[in-house]
Amino acid sequence: MGDGLVQARDLRKSFGEFEAVRGIDVDVARGEVFGFLGPNGAGKSSTMRMIACVSPRSGGTLQVLGMDPDVDGPRIRARIGVVPQLDNLDQELTVRENLQVYGRYFGLPRARVREKAVELMQFAQLADRADAPVEPLSGGMKRRLTIARSLVNDPELLLLDEPTTGLDPQARHLLWERLYRLKREGVTQIVTTHYMDEAEQLCDRLVVMDGGVIAAEGSPAELIARYSTREVLELRFPPDVAAPVELMTRLAERVEVLPDRLLLYTADGEHLQGELARNGVRPQSALVRRSSLEDVFLRLTGRSLVD
Amino acid sequence: MAERIDLPSTPRVDALPAAEGPPTRTERAEGVVPGVLRVVEHHWTWYRRNWRATAVSSILQPLLFLLAFGLGFGALIDGTGRAADATGGVPYLVWLAPALLAMSAVQTAVFDSAYPVLSGFKWQRVYWAMTATPISPGQVALGHLAWFTVKATGSGAIYVAVIAVFGGVRTVGIAFSLLAAVLTGVAVSAVVAAFTAGIDDEGTAFTVLFRLVLIPMTLFSGTFFPVDQLPGWVQPVAWISPLWHGTELARAAVVGAGPGSASTALAALGHVVFLLVLLAGGGALALRRFRRRLHP
Repeated sequence: MGDGLVQARDLRKSFGEFEAVRGIDVDVARGEVFGFLGPNGAGKSSTMRMIACVSPRSGGTLQVLGMDPDVDGPRIRARIGVVPQLDNLDQELTVRENLQVYGRYFGLPRARVREKAVELMQFAQLADRADAPVEPLSGGMKRRLTIARSLVNDPELLLLDEPTTGLDPQARHLLWERLYRLKREGVTQIVTTHYMDEAEQLCDRLVVMDGGVIAAEGSPAELIARYSTREVLELRFPPDVAAPVELMTRLAERVEVLPDRLLLYTADGEHLQGELARNGVRPQSALVRRSSLEDVFLRLTGRSLVD
Repeated sequence: MAERIDLPSTPRVDALPAAEGPPTRTERAEGVVPGVLRVVEHHWTWYRRNWRATAVSSILQPLLFLLAFGLGFGALIDGTGRAADATGGVPYLVWLAPALLAMSAVQTAVFDSAYPVLSGFKWQRVYWAMTATPISPGQVALGHLAWFTVKATGSGAIYVAVIAVFGGVRTVGIAFSLLAAVLTGVAVSAVVAAFTAGIDDEGTAFTVLFRLVLIPMTLFSGTFFPVDQLPGWVQPVAWISPLWHGTELARAAVVGAGPGSASTALAALGHVVFLLVLLAGGGALALRRFRRRLHP
């Protein structure tokens, strides 16, 4: 066993007949930000709940902070922080009370939680709302409070399940900035997300999950290099014009036909665009961009219509 | 393998040879009680801020019952022969007071274990927040019952003081009535919390609970008139009502074994056993359902 904070081997979770997680291996090292990327229902949250020691595994082995969740659940939970997918703040308590009460669940002394609450309200930029009830706060504020709350016990490991789902872009960027700050302070983080940009922003290393198994593993850059081309040419055609897919398939390395556009994978997007123009292809719009995890995901989960 | 709530683990720690006992074990050795107290602390924090909202049901409503039945209805029947037979000769208010304590505890128990518990699972989801920490689902369930016990004892004591102002308290036995009322309340609370932990949708479930269980139980458990005034075929229904057992017990503490009361020491023991069994059964089911639901 290494010094990994989380180590899973052939980890499984079933709910009755349904197998949500079907044998995955995961290693998370101290200090890194590790991501589970995948669509809804991929098994990300079930995996997170097993790591958080709130859902006993159905099979395989799991070590969190060197302990077995089946044996030492409360001891592990004492040393981790959890940001759940759905906020579960005490709506009728104030911002400050939420932090203090939560700190008390860990058995921290009262004086300590009072101090910690002040510090965390600063961190979450909620100091001016300290004694306001939680209910009328905006979604972004509630999310920041939930993240602040998860830090009340100075966790060694922070688990974030879909941290920015449902937030507007500004609120998301503010949250990412806070999470980046935590990373610099050395807090190990495990993040689930179905946003590719979030995974790229936050994660040092990630796994792509689909249908309860791991489809690929690596850093965002590695995954892009391995599963996609350097650039992507995105083309849109008017609804009544048939795109010359066969020609494109010959010129590009790979073509994905999506309902509203075509993705042409190639090392040099502009060059390909020129080639197509010479062959008389006139798209309504064309855009050259770099490959992203979105493209990796499209490739891995086989949701492409033409390959 | 479900994670069990830690029983007080002193024996286990003692069983470890001193030389090998790793110091890290102390964290687990803290046992079940501190976690339960932290859940109680959460409820107290909430209550301190929101008690006014619950004062209507826990203080005002019992007071209205006291005024309407104890004083209004009591004045009408006091001094009539049949009433004196039924109450064992004591004024109606004195006879009614312990029963009102039990009734109030049971009503609070049913309401507090319905919507607020479902909210903990479903709407505000605070139970999920608690059990992401070292607190276990079992401790959440026990904390709910412990908090109810504290709150019911407090509001019951206030109720006793109010009844005393109206002259309804004749003996310190009322303190035992209060204990009986709290025991009845916590037993009902355990059963209702277990019921709530098993439902996803409140609609019909709570309507049935309030209208078809709570109201008949309130009316036919011997609170306002002895159960033996009812037709013989209805009386067995009272025997399965926890409130009837609680009422008989609470009343015996102040009225004693009079002609209008079936209470003897043996009967009192029977009532206590019934309520304890209900508490143990309801509590065990609640623990199991909280665990299944929060740590699936």
